[in-house]
Amino acid sequence: MTVASDPPEHAPKRPSRLFKNLMAKIASIPMILTALVVFVGGTAWTVVYSFTGSRMLPKTKWVGFDQYERLWGSDRWIISIKNLGIYGSCAMILTLVIGFSLAACLDRKIRFESAFRTIFLYPFALSFVVTGLAWQWILNPEFGLQSVVRGWGWESFVFNPINDPDTVIFGLLIAGLWQGTGLIMCIMLAGLRGIDEDIWKAARVDGIGTVKTYVVVIIPMMRPVFITSLVLIASGIIKLYDLVVAQTGGGPGLSSEVPAKYVIEFMFRAQNLGQGFAASTMMLCSVVIILIPWAYLEFGGRKNG
Amino acid sequence: MIKSFCNRLQEVAVAQSMAGIRVFWEEKMSNVLKSLLFGTALTAASATVAAADGVELEVTHWWTSGGEALAVSKFAEAWNATGNKWIDGAIAGSGGTARPIIISRILGGDPMAATQLNHGRQAEELIEAGLMLDLTDVAEAGKWADIVNPPALLDSCTLDGKIYCVPVNIHSAQWIWLSHAAYENAGVDLPKDWNEFVASAPALQAAGTLPLAMGQQGWQQNLAFGAITIAVAGTEAWREVTVNKNADVARGPEYTAVFEAVANARELARGSAVQDWNQATNLVITGKAGAQLMGDWAQGEFAVANQVEGQDYSCLPGLGLNQVLDTGGDAFYFPVNDDPKVTAAQKELAALLISPEVQVSFNLAKGSLPVRGDIDMSSANGCMQKGLGILADGGILPSGDQSLSADTQTQIEDLMAQFWSGDMSAADAQESYAQLIEDAD
Repeated sequence: MTVASDPPEHAPKRPSRLFKNLMAKIASIPMILTALVVFVGGTAWTVVYSFTGSRMLPKTKWVGFDQYERLWGSDRWIISIKNLGIYGSCAMILTLVIGFSLAACLDRKIRFESAFRTIFLYPFALSFVVTGLAWQWILNPEFGLQSVVRGWGWESFVFNPINDPDTVIFGLLIAGLWQGTGLIMCIMLAGLRGIDEDIWKAARVDGIGTVKTYVVVIIPMMRPVFITSLVLIASGIIKLYDLVVAQTGGGPGLSSEVPAKYVIEFMFRAQNLGQGFAASTMMLCSVVIILIPWAYLEFGGRKNG
Repeated sequence: MIKSFCNRLQEVAVAQSMAGIRVFWEEKMSNVLKSLLFGTALTAASATVAAADGVELEVTHWWTSGGEALAVSKFAEAWNATGNKWIDGAIAGSGGTARPIIISRILGGDPMAATQLNHGRQAEELIEAGLMLDLTDVAEAGKWADIVNPPALLDSCTLDGKIYCVPVNIHSAQWIWLSHAAYENAGVDLPKDWNEFVASAPALQAAGTLPLAMGQQGWQQNLAFGAITIAVAGTEAWREVTVNKNADVARGPEYTAVFEAVANARELARGSAVQDWNQATNLVITGKAGAQLMGDWAQGEFAVANQVEGQDYSCLPGLGLNQVLDTGGDAFYFPVNDDPKVTAAQKELAALLISPEVQVSFNLAKGSLPVRGDIDMSSANGCMQKGLGILADGGILPSGDQSLSADTQTQIEDLMAQFWSGDMSAADAQESYAQLIEDAD
């Protein structure tokens, strides 16, 4: 890049690195522009305007940290954060555990493997809105699972998570897991298939049990697969919105609100852009706080070691 | 099951409004890029195209249920009869879905010729930004100041002495709807006001009936709160808090009584596990619930179920205690347009919407009250007549939309959602409410 300013005709023997693969670079200009203007520019714009008192239209009326004070003083935001915490930690752990277990079962060379694989992956083809509606009906006590089980004769059966403020988040979790684990299972299965057959033979020769082989040998070898899964699951958690809108609408009361819904509703329904921007900036902060130590460990550590 | 499915679809539409938002940003970005590339702002192609004879005007609104669609067709017929053309731009879902789409189209440089909004403070910033057509000359020519009743309606269309919208109807929220079947079943007389209703609740409960149907959504709970406030605290205290934003009154004894009454109503509505307002109305229609607090648009549901006012259901405006109604409702705004031909047609449409014949046919179909007192509404049913009587006597209040910003409204709705669905004490809710009133702008 140091010779970037030199026109190529002055140094015909050493063509500038800037003009190497020129076509590829020209072709990627739209994407670079999009990334800079839309992602970086849009993010910076949002952060800047979160310090203003913008209502329906963006205005540069500076109010300092007022929007943030109001945000953290709002019950609804606190509830949203707590819900995301519960949903996020449960979804992260359960998706990995269930996804890996299903993949390990399929990997034992069972019959009809492809049929099971298709069944488990199918929910992922549905949009969250459809998933939310379907599970709203399944969990509806009037005509869903509860009434079916009662119809079989178990009259006292109670299973009504989404109408109870204390359990509604687990109702969402069930739907989220149903949709999300299939994909993770497929990624895990691909990872398992990538493990050399000789590893298994060596483990068998050494007399290590199957479960122990998985936990001690195979899982550490699948580190990149787990990282990919973590990123996919985490991004799904932080953007949780449409499932809530379709399944509970944030109710009963405010008990299933999530941060993304707060952002959208304050930006467009309450016509208070400043407040919505402050909330989305906080969401960005939470992602950055998780990402930076991880990136440091992942990339910085390797350079040193 | 089918009905529930339809209702859920509305919620899906909320999610789809995300698509509208995306369109907004894309439009905005493409405008920026265009300006960068050509150094000049290009005018986005307008959806309104001047035809050879007459003018085509695109009108957006969110009236999509049976009665509403019928009502809006009255507008369209009247407009088409003038030789112009009405392009219907109905947006499915409720106002909460449609408003962001409408506003983003206006901001994104692709304005429609006319649009429904609730009059009040929703369009305030759009007017300040110079995006709405000034209708003052039409209003003066049509003497709107003399014919619009109550005058508060026109005030909420006015900013700095200029008029920006045409009010077309009045919808009030202070109604309680009673099921005759439920009361017959319980063997008690129909209550004549809120206090009698509360007293009759134990009898209803003993008969296995839910006393109060309540959809578990913030706006419905807020509506019920507003109706109870006006009935219990009276109009003076209400006006002091909602219009003058006096937080001391909100902390005072009148409002303590209100919050206790609401906490009591919350217990009467326990077990009402429905979400949408019309599902709650359906509980009243089928006699599963004794009553519902809902606006006058609930009449449409009773009419669709072939129920007769006075035989199958009754209504008490102002909950039978304070004979007042608020004057919320719908109005049409006309975004600024470059084409003088379209602008002239917009003004023509504005004058048409408030003309006597159109007002009568529209409001009879919609079940809402007309915005002018000088027309014949004798064919309206009993509940509408009660409403008209109250309007004629001047028992009116400004609606929440007219007094509070969308931001404050959302916060109050959130508080009510929390209060109604949980175990929050009346005192805590009152203090949070007073705090919101104190911070309101």
